Amino acid sequence: MLEFITQHIEMCYLIILMIFVGIELIGHVPSVLHTPLMSGANAIHGVVIIGSIIVMGQAEHTLSLILGFLAVVLGTLNVVGGFVVTDRMLEMFKKKK
Amino acid sequence: MENNILQIIYLIGSVTFILGLKFLGNPATARKGNLMAAFGMIISIFGTIFLYTTETGAHLKNLEFIFGALIVGTVVGWLIAKKVQMTAMPEMVSLFNGMGGACAMLISVIEFKHLSETDMSSVEPAHLLIILLGLIIGSVSFAGSIIAWGKLSGNVKDKSLGMQQVINIGLLLVILVLTAVMIFGNGAYTAELFYAVFALSLLYGILFVLPIGGADMPVVISLLNSFTGVAAACGGFLYDNKVMLVGGILVGSAGTLLTIVMCKAMNRSLLNVLIGNFGGNANAEGAVPSNFEGSVKEVSASDAAILMKYAKKVIIVPGYGLAVAQAQHIVHDLELLLEAEGIDVKYAIHPVAGRMPGHMNVLLAESNVSYDKLIEMEEVNPEFATTDVVLVVGANDVVNPAAKTDPTSPIYGMPILDVENAANVIVNKRSMKAGYAGIENELFYKPKTSMLFGDAKKALTQLVSEIKALG
Repeated sequence: MLEFITQHIEMCYLIILMIFVGIELIGHVPSVLHTPLMSGANAIHGVVIIGSIIVMGQAEHTLSLILGFLAVVLGTLNVVGGFVVTDRMLEMFKKKK
Repeated sequence: MENNILQIIYLIGSVTFILGLKFLGNPATARKGNLMAAFGMIISIFGTIFLYTTETGAHLKNLEFIFGALIVGTVVGWLIAKKVQMTAMPEMVSLFNGMGGACAMLISVIEFKHLSETDMSSVEPAHLLIILLGLIIGSVSFAGSIIAWGKLSGNVKDKSLGMQQVINIGLLLVILVLTAVMIFGNGAYTAELFYAVFALSLLYGILFVLPIGGADMPVVISLLNSFTGVAAACGGFLYDNKVMLVGGILVGSAGTLLTIVMCKAMNRSLLNVLIGNFGGNANAEGAVPSNFEGSVKEVSASDAAILMKYAKKVIIVPGYGLAVAQAQHIVHDLELLLEAEGIDVKYAIHPVAGRMPGHMNVLLAESNVSYDKLIEMEEVNPEFATTDVVLVVGANDVVNPAAKTDPTSPIYGMPILDVENAANVIVNKRSMKAGYAGIENELFYKPKTSMLFGDAKKALTQLVSEIKALG
């Protein structure tokens, strides 16, 4: 286990730094923007789709291929739906006057 | 060479995610931030498809299926996202979140299938642990989000099995024990255990969200959102993929903080949410017997119109009732009408009004209410003392004085809008039914409060025409 961590020490540093970046980014946001922010963050974690593409691109068996296909579809839904919904919300946030 | 280009693309993608999230935090740049993150996502996806190489240097296969899946997902996602009503936004976010969770879950299933074809006893325990974490978190997020979606769209009712806390904690413990057995079990019964963990995680996701009341759904969705982020990050660790790790952890940490901020606004602890306790109080259903002195005073639309027309300052407090009745446009008409009379009109926005933080803002923005008319709680509270009329539209718990005065109340300690400081309070509600916290509201019984019963859209339409009739 320890060996595994030291092998991936770079990733571990990245995790810790990103935790702080995430906190820093959200810390000073007015609550009025929380919904679009949540929705935007929702779209960003759709990055999981890359994992599903990698899996699918190496799938050998039909079952893996079917599951992979499903995973890519779901991931795309998350990405596309997430960004489009966020954009629709923000479209309405234009400042009037 | 190709791999180097891909790494640069991932780096750019990671930066767009960070900047995108940063820009999303400011109303002026938010839209740009969203598009920027979307751009980063697109280059990362296509970069992966064309440039990713395995350890043996082979490119990805099955491209036709990958593109097929991308097209299906894009068309369906686009249509759903474009068609959905603004009022249904919270459940949409929950649904898309569930899709991401399911994606992470499936990746773990496939990876495990892949592993189980090799000699299980030679598998690095940490590798297995990450696959399991992705599976558990992804499944919980998927099942939980679908239940949250069902609840918000009204298809799933609040349900508590009784002893819910014990069951949930027990379930979680079983999942953890099975996971530990798998990791340290040297490959014995791994497949059976894996699918058991899979099924139990889905069950936990369902049981975790099922007893939680609608009013607490924003917290749950935000939490599940950060769960999916962590599940995505597990995938990043698995494939040594930095853009997945950055995107996932970023959302995981930002989402967790957002959840805590929301919990604070409602005076709940996060632990309470995790155990799936609150909102499912025994008295949450049905009418609660009134034990307040005084009586409820009803007001007609024409009397309310007179009261408002001769006011100098009016503050409107929107709540979920406004969203349900789709009254955001008529409330804007009312605002314009009153402003034309020279009356100062503002909106008081409680951080948890509606079903999501900022839900009211999105809704009112849709009907062209200017952003700077929406005043946050801390800022607006001192203003009530100089306000002639407060119009509460479909809000209840966020204006309940019990949060300040009654230590036994489930919402005790939650900051509220101090509408009772105003000279007059008009409350528009459909009936005297309790709000989501399931508790009686003393405000309705105060002498300065009058009730304007009816569906928010109908009642406000009537109010607007009465004010117009006054000339």
